[in-house]
Amino acid sequence: MREKELAAFLQKYKGRPLKLMEVCGTHTSALYRTGLRQLLSDNITLVPGPGCPVCVTPTSYIDKLVEFAFTSGNKVLTFGDMLAVPGSKMSLAEARDQGGAADFFYAPEDVLEKAKEQPDTTFILAAVGFETTAPVWATVIKTAADRQIKNIKFLTALKTMPQALAFLCSQGKIDGFLCPGHVAVITGSEPFQKLAEEFSETMVIGGFSQAQLLRAMVRLVLESSKEQNGLWNEYPSVVKRSGNPVAQKIVDDIFEAGDAVWRGIGRLPDSGMYIKEKYKNFDAGSRGLNEDRIPPGCLCSRIVLGEAQPIQCPHFGKRCTPEHPVGACMVSSEGTCCITYRNR
Amino acid sequence: MKIALRHGAGGEETSRLIHDIFAAHFQNEILNKMEDAAVLPEIQGVPAFTSDSFVVEPLFFPGGDIGKLSVCGTVNDLACMGARPLYLTASFILETGLETETLEKAVASMATTAEEAGVQIVAGDTKVVEGNGGLYINTAGIGVRPVACSISAANLKPGDAIILTGTLGDHHATILTQRLQMETSLQSDCAPLNHMVQAVLDAGVSVHTIRDITRGGLATVATELAEASDCRINLQEEKLPVSEAVQGLSGILGLDPLTMGNEGKMLLAVPYNEAEKVLAVLKISKYGKDAVIAGEVAEGNGVFLLTALGSYRKVLPLRGEGLPRIC
Repeated sequence: MREKELAAFLQKYKGRPLKLMEVCGTHTSALYRTGLRQLLSDNITLVPGPGCPVCVTPTSYIDKLVEFAFTSGNKVLTFGDMLAVPGSKMSLAEARDQGGAADFFYAPEDVLEKAKEQPDTTFILAAVGFETTAPVWATVIKTAADRQIKNIKFLTALKTMPQALAFLCSQGKIDGFLCPGHVAVITGSEPFQKLAEEFSETMVIGGFSQAQLLRAMVRLVLESSKEQNGLWNEYPSVVKRSGNPVAQKIVDDIFEAGDAVWRGIGRLPDSGMYIKEKYKNFDAGSRGLNEDRIPPGCLCSRIVLGEAQPIQCPHFGKRCTPEHPVGACMVSSEGTCCITYRNR
Repeated sequence: MKIALRHGAGGEETSRLIHDIFAAHFQNEILNKMEDAAVLPEIQGVPAFTSDSFVVEPLFFPGGDIGKLSVCGTVNDLACMGARPLYLTASFILETGLETETLEKAVASMATTAEEAGVQIVAGDTKVVEGNGGLYINTAGIGVRPVACSISAANLKPGDAIILTGTLGDHHATILTQRLQMETSLQSDCAPLNHMVQAVLDAGVSVHTIRDITRGGLATVATELAEASDCRINLQEEKLPVSEAVQGLSGILGLDPLTMGNEGKMLLAVPYNEAEKVLAVLKISKYGKDAVIAGEVAEGNGVFLLTALGSYRKVLPLRGEGLPRIC
């Protein structure tokens, strides 16, 4: 009954109109799955943010992977979603259809074995993700170094959330943020606390189950409707103030901060993670992939900022579908356009 | 002994393989004649005919194996059309390196399952290709249904009850945990459902649609039915039967039981006022003991889930590869 009461609060909310953002793609998807998004009062606008790693990867990164796929002796490996992301000329899936060497993996660790079995092939791993995936990549790089594996290289496009959130806060168009629970497990709640204080924002860290989402959303609506600033941790079972020190250490050992280009947003200082000098032999050339050529008319850039809804894009559902994506937001199952298209 | 190319050359080794393994397990009057084609007795009623290929990996898993699967798959497809399965053919593609003991185990399992389903395997073929010990089976099946039977995917009617014969995702979850080498209590639900379906048909209810919930899971099957019948299906989240083990696994791996396949579960659509009667008949069978009314058919389009929170969300069919080589 308690859950139904919380749901009824969100359904019947009549307070000041709120524009809220769920930053994380997994939240976007969970809010649909539980039916929570569908029952929100008309006074609550909930917009998805830039928290899907596939959606914020610039075209030059894809172009570089495509180039590797067509260079003999190489094989590009990536998470399944990345294959379909359009580059400026083609996606990796299209490159594969034209004879390029590209495939997907289930777990990055599996590649360590593969590299041993096929010593004449250089495996280029597309290491994409946020704070949540970075420890996995760091571990794989560390293991590859320890085992002196020479035929694995990483093209990284790893990004950190606080800088993107800071950018969104500085725009001042959002009344409150549902912050990514999984990221906070690694980073701790502290970086979000600082942002909330610096920009006088309302922020709530939330989990992903129905009960956790309800709790976080009710807190976000309550506090932002009263314009109460600060951070509320509504995922305290796993999110601690200082995060996961083991994961942070391995990430710090392997990566260092640097500027990164977010598809649609542009360059954000220190929002990327790059392989350190000590492990540079494993870097396939990840720095400086700054060019981002978005197809004419594509609204991805405004959609990842929550400034436009997918249906406002001239390509949405016409030229741009999950089978033939024009923009990155249509590719990933956590991308705003893809979720909106499939639930239309 | 390992299968080699000579076992598929049509000579002495092929004959011995057929005699020692296939003929030994698939004994029946029609097959025993070893003619080029099975000559069947006259069939009274409307014949239904189907074919299915099986490529599951691993070949053996808790609750079943490729042999059992290859009989159940075809038998259940016939049952879904309201047809009584009568005869199957079985074709085998063997990769070199396959142990004959492994083959015999799968063949014996086919024979046991065929016996339970009451069908005869009356013709077959074997080919050998170079490979790595793999085994692939195709079965085709003939069944018969009454002239008046109109069961069809396009026959859902607004007001029908949607009945599920048991828990979702068991087969999919079992195959997945086997591949991940996880130890669990999961069992595939692979089973021949024709007798259970026949019991429902014999009860004299008017069944509109039957569909087995295989690859793509309930979400995909329901979407196809709604489209074929130009109707809307409303499912109730709180009624969907999912075992604790499958629920737990999907939670950990981020899977959705709605898009996970079964090999021994069906969806039936019957007029709402007959639903309780159908449920009672289903529950008599060991394969239908967990049957539930999980939703209804309405005017409109698409498949929707009434969530526990009371809002509707669209149910999306499986997209992409899901889990390859599940059956």
